[in-house]
Amino acid sequence: MKSSVITFPGSNCDRDIDVALKKFGFKNQMVWHNDNQLPKSDLVVLPGGFSYGDYLRCGSMAAKSKIMQSVINFAKSGGLVMGICNGFQILVETGLVPGVLLRNKYLEFICKNVFVKIDNKDNPYFKNLDKEVFKFHIAHNEGNYFCTTDQLKEIEDNNQVAIYYCSNNGDTEERFNPNGSIKNIAGIFNKEKNVLGMMPHPERMIDQSLSGEDGSLFFKNLINNIK
Amino acid sequence: MKISAIITLKKDVLDPQGKVIQQALDGMGFKNVDEVRQGKYFEIDVKENDPKKAQEIVEEMCKKLLANLVIENYKIIGTQ
Repeated sequence: MKSSVITFPGSNCDRDIDVALKKFGFKNQMVWHNDNQLPKSDLVVLPGGFSYGDYLRCGSMAAKSKIMQSVINFAKSGGLVMGICNGFQILVETGLVPGVLLRNKYLEFICKNVFVKIDNKDNPYFKNLDKEVFKFHIAHNEGNYFCTTDQLKEIEDNNQVAIYYCSNNGDTEERFNPNGSIKNIAGIFNKEKNVLGMMPHPERMIDQSLSGEDGSLFFKNLINNIK
Repeated sequence: MKISAIITLKKDVLDPQGKVIQQALDGMGFKNVDEVRQGKYFEIDVKENDPKKAQEIVEEMCKKLLANLVIENYKIIGTQ
């Protein structure tokens, strides 16, 4: 299985996701933002970081970089595109997934482990996962998911919410919401569910001695789903 | 030709920065503030002498990059 990770100026989780993808069997290659053509891939990942210094709005400039036209075409033809953290911010700026990510509600950079609920399994990312509550890491300043009331209705009608912030037993009450996101939304799909944007970093949970293995479960399952 | 544009948050979008600024102003003694909303201001020097055309170019920029129309509005406020 081939994956591509796009490196933008200011990306800083590109190497982490490279390590994670390779660990679980992907043949990964790094692709520079200024390239025109995406190599043949089964999965494209937009990594976390601070592309273009977060100038203007997070992800806004990266969304217009050269390689993105190729990524957008890949996504529109059904290819799997996953954006993590800044990658999610880039995805919303391309319009591939609906909504935007605003400044965290309490104006602080949040860097901690959180529990998230994944119960939407009818998609290539989470199909066959045999649990619902995962412990992932978040590290962001702009993760406060927002969309219009009309968009929210459409998102919910199409079952596009991918991940919710929750308690350790899967309770998605407002008090388990770290950043003010509408409906505790931590991740979202496009309508077709081949594009996934999420604030949590599964690539930071792939080693028992460092963090935890919940990311390992995700990546192992993902490669099996794609095969 | 210099075109000025401002980008403001739409009415129903939460602006935590504006809120903190308002609280700071309140703490400084400015008690008569109802609300503060923070926005962005751009001054763009366009290689175009026709004001109408220059404004159209900047409007296109606002739509495509400078503003995110899900949460923001833009307004061309000046030409010089």
